Amino acid sequence: MFEVAIIGAGVIGTLIARELSRFKADVALLDKSNDVAGGSTKANSGIIHAGYDAEPGTSKARFNILGNPLFDVLCEQLDVRFDRIGSLVVAFSRSERETVEQLYRRGIQNGVAGLRIIEREELLSLEPNLDEAAVCALHAPQAGIVDPWEIAVAAAENAADNGVEVIFNFPVEAIERDNGWFRLIGPAGEIRARRLINCAGVFADRIHEMVSPPSFSIIARKGQYFVLDKAAGQLVNHVIFQCPTRAGKGVLVTRSVHGNLLVGPDAQEIEDREDLATTRERLDFVRRSAGKISKRIPFGEVIRSFSGLRATPNTKDFIIQECEEVPGFFDAAGIESPGLTAAPAIARYLRELLAEVVGGLEERKGFDPRRRRVIRFMDLPEGRKNELIRKDPRFGRIICRCEQVTEGEIVDAIHRKVGARTLDGVKKRVRPGMGRCQGGFCGPQVLEILARELGKDATAIVKNEVDSYILTGATKCCGDRERSVRTNPLAEQKAEYHGQG
Amino acid sequence: MDRVEIVVIGGGPAGMAAAVAAREAGLENVLLIERDRELGGILQQCIHNGFGLHRFKEDLTGPEFSERYIHRMGELNIPVKLDTTVLEITGNREVLYINAAEGVRTVAAGAIVLAMGCRERSRGAINIPGSRPAGVFTAGTAQRLINMEGYMVGKRVMMLGTGDIGLIMARRLTLEGAKVIAVLARKPYPGGLMRNVAQCLYDYDIPLLLRHTIVEIVGKDRVTGVLVAETDQNSRPIPGSEELYECDTVILSVGLIPENELSLSAGVKLDPHTGGPIVDETRQTSVPGIYACGNVVYVHDLVDFVVEESEIAARGAAGFVLGSEGGEAETVEGEGRGSDDRKDAPVHVLPGGGLKYVVPQRIRGINGEDPLDLFLRVKRVYGRSFIEVRYGGDVLKRVKRLRLNPGEMERLRLNKSEMERINEVDLIVEAVEVGG
Amino acid sequence: MSGIDREIICIVCPTGCRIRVRGANQQKLTVGGNECKRGEEYALKEITDPRRTLITTVRIDHGSLKRLPVRTNREIPKESIFPCMEVINRARVEAPVQIGQVIIPDILGTGADVVATRSMGVPPRA
Repeated sequence: MFEVAIIGAGVIGTLIARELSRFKADVALLDKSNDVAGGSTKANSGIIHAGYDAEPGTSKARFNILGNPLFDVLCEQLDVRFDRIGSLVVAFSRSERETVEQLYRRGIQNGVAGLRIIEREELLSLEPNLDEAAVCALHAPQAGIVDPWEIAVAAAENAADNGVEVIFNFPVEAIERDNGWFRLIGPAGEIRARRLINCAGVFADRIHEMVSPPSFSIIARKGQYFVLDKAAGQLVNHVIFQCPTRAGKGVLVTRSVHGNLLVGPDAQEIEDREDLATTRERLDFVRRSAGKISKRIPFGEVIRSFSGLRATPNTKDFIIQECEEVPGFFDAAGIESPGLTAAPAIARYLRELLAEVVGGLEERKGFDPRRRRVIRFMDLPEGRKNELIRKDPRFGRIICRCEQVTEGEIVDAIHRKVGARTLDGVKKRVRPGMGRCQGGFCGPQVLEILARELGKDATAIVKNEVDSYILTGATKCCGDRERSVRTNPLAEQKAEYHGQG
Repeated sequence: MDRVEIVVIGGGPAGMAAAVAAREAGLENVLLIERDRELGGILQQCIHNGFGLHRFKEDLTGPEFSERYIHRMGELNIPVKLDTTVLEITGNREVLYINAAEGVRTVAAGAIVLAMGCRERSRGAINIPGSRPAGVFTAGTAQRLINMEGYMVGKRVMMLGTGDIGLIMARRLTLEGAKVIAVLARKPYPGGLMRNVAQCLYDYDIPLLLRHTIVEIVGKDRVTGVLVAETDQNSRPIPGSEELYECDTVILSVGLIPENELSLSAGVKLDPHTGGPIVDETRQTSVPGIYACGNVVYVHDLVDFVVEESEIAARGAAGFVLGSEGGEAETVEGEGRGSDDRKDAPVHVLPGGGLKYVVPQRIRGINGEDPLDLFLRVKRVYGRSFIEVRYGGDVLKRVKRLRLNPGEMERLRLNKSEMERINEVDLIVEAVEVGG
Repeated sequence: MSGIDREIICIVCPTGCRIRVRGANQQKLTVGGNECKRGEEYALKEITDPRRTLITTVRIDHGSLKRLPVRTNREIPKESIFPCMEVINRARVEAPVQIGQVIIPDILGTGADVVATRSMGVPPRA
């Protein structure tokens, strides 16, 4: 039984959970997935927007402006990487100049500091790899890059350290009301809470529907991306946007906070809210569209492509409020771009809203907003590295050669609160599998470490969700009497040849 | 700081053969660094046979071949650091490494031999669209899991890629009880040797689908199938030809890439054709005192040729250490002969029509006594053809071949008299198909 | 019974010649398309008594790895391959093992021994 249950452990849900963990109230954070950040948080551009893009007067604008400056302190407290590299919205034609000027004015109206329009010469000296056609750009020094997974993981860990109970594999199938309590019903059991916060991303309208007809609906919009090798990371120095269109901010090119190059996303409305497949056509579109920004993007260095879904609200703005018909039920829904930027401000707002509405939630003593420092081994000075290895020799074994991650870091990621229990969980937290070999070499070793640290058989370790098994068993466990080896030579074999070219 | 005469990076067959040869060339102070728990490199998981036919005149399995060198390393008492990763090579041939016992340390090397081998091309690198479920493995990773850790990766397998590793794994999976539904090749011919097609696919009734490729992977948490399309004459998928094959596992055997992270950290220049360092006939790279051998230079077909190359590199490295007392030897960089009149400027060897690459890319000792072997790989299958070596407008050498195959490295020997004729310009090596 | 007319791919060396074997019966066979004598021998054997080397792994306890690579030290009849796999899969070996050590002598009466293709020691306790 909980005072508050938060449905959805993405960046919104985890930050809200962390805010609420300041109070003595029992808080539960639920997710249908096997780990945090299973939905939109897992697959977006990781950009902290300056705030010139959102319509003035909207919640998007308000929370973007409030959220942006919070990131320095937030990322320090959570010990996650954040880089305020600034952004450029580039006009590639004279007519696009108007759009840039419009965004500039909108930014001023929204209260964004430091905006400037820079002209071609300065632009090309800042960004020599931009396409020749670049005319001018809106420079927003406040924009930055972050790893959204890291934020969600760190926030969940910090929330759990402060007493929040994190419950995975709990898809909410129905919500019933019972004497001032909400009963969340899942396939394996039920959870009771006095208040609910709906952070269910792409399914937020479905969750809302379980208590009352929603005043909004969510449209899933897929966006596909390319990730390029770190060797390509220096192509641009800022987040580079094209001029936005009605469809959205368009395909961008940016360095990621880890040093890779990120290219994408497109925007495509889809019916099936579980469809995360990348497609040849849309990836080709992303590639062509990125060509407008620079002809020098080395697509030969692509190491991976992925896609994510945005929870686009039909109201075109965030829905962050208590449900009128059902007091105690709060929505933080329709959080599409600039959702990540807005997240810490949304979390704060909901904390205040809850405290006010509930009437004095008592603060806990001993709340610590700071997560225990993460060891990024390769970033340590040599003396510290050796000191660490003397204390714990596992820091002397490099497991992931591409990203230079040690066994000590992997073991630490497993044993923290809300720690890694899956292959992707390790990848999200400490990066093995994100490099150019994409887990080819480190995969078997990470598997082994997970099995050992969790006391499980290697065959029980999964990639991400509970059904994503990696191994089917040990060798030497079955013989197949049906099997035989062909004893008649070539003439009778069933291979198909399709001409010799 | 510790100092050794030669540091060999990588303890697979390339590195071990280099370390052994360096010691046999008279160097006392040789150190080999290997990141895995034991020596042998990729051979440890290549439990099939076909190794050593040239070198030992025996048909050995990978582990048997590697044990010969492990044994010799022991006999010669060559120090080895296992479970040790090299983090960086600095400009002065200082090798920064890390392990649990010593922490982070630097060792200064008189010369370095790079023998880091290669990695596999991943799904991401070839961009197969679709969902991203568990159950997609590269052939080498599956090989390690099955042969060394003892785990099965799937029950119903579709394989893309018909290089030798893929063919070997198709058989291996079948022997361990999986059903390999089909093996696909984008091209109209298999990438690996026909003998492997015979003993791995035909023997086990595994269908070989040439001119097919995987265009999408399907499955939410675990693979449930793949969409297979036919390919056209440019190896591109033909829209409309897609068919769904149900399976729970996808194995990719779609190419190897020399692993040159460390080479780059040392400032070594790479050849975009091979993916490995530009080397001269002694296998010295563009950085004085840094040599390279094995798959890190280019992907070899037979380990027998790898160890041969290692011996060349080791002799080069030993010569560097014994010859130059702090003096920097001439490196492979500098303008090619064609634009530099100096007699000692290196000759540039370039891949011409039909060639994917040719190694070595530089020849320094054009006036030497010894013959020089060029190793080359063609881009496509050729029937009756000849390989031509040209300089300026003239043909230096022309050799006939019945067939040329991208899956088989060709060796071309230039003898002393032929090399003497090259004194002005760069060499171009080309493959030409004979008409009719 | 009609005569024999088969094309096979020789697996003796990397060339992989396509060899044609013809004849009225198994005693009177002619071979063509091979580039060497070993190919001819292989082709004839492939028609009359096809054999292969079986290479796999066997379970090993207390070794540095959980599986030991093994091979048959001579070729076995093709039809014995899966039956031999079953026997090998049931076997268990104790480390340490020496390269060449016989793991299963004369497997299924084929005359071939299953031998270790590497040495494997017992790792020191951590």
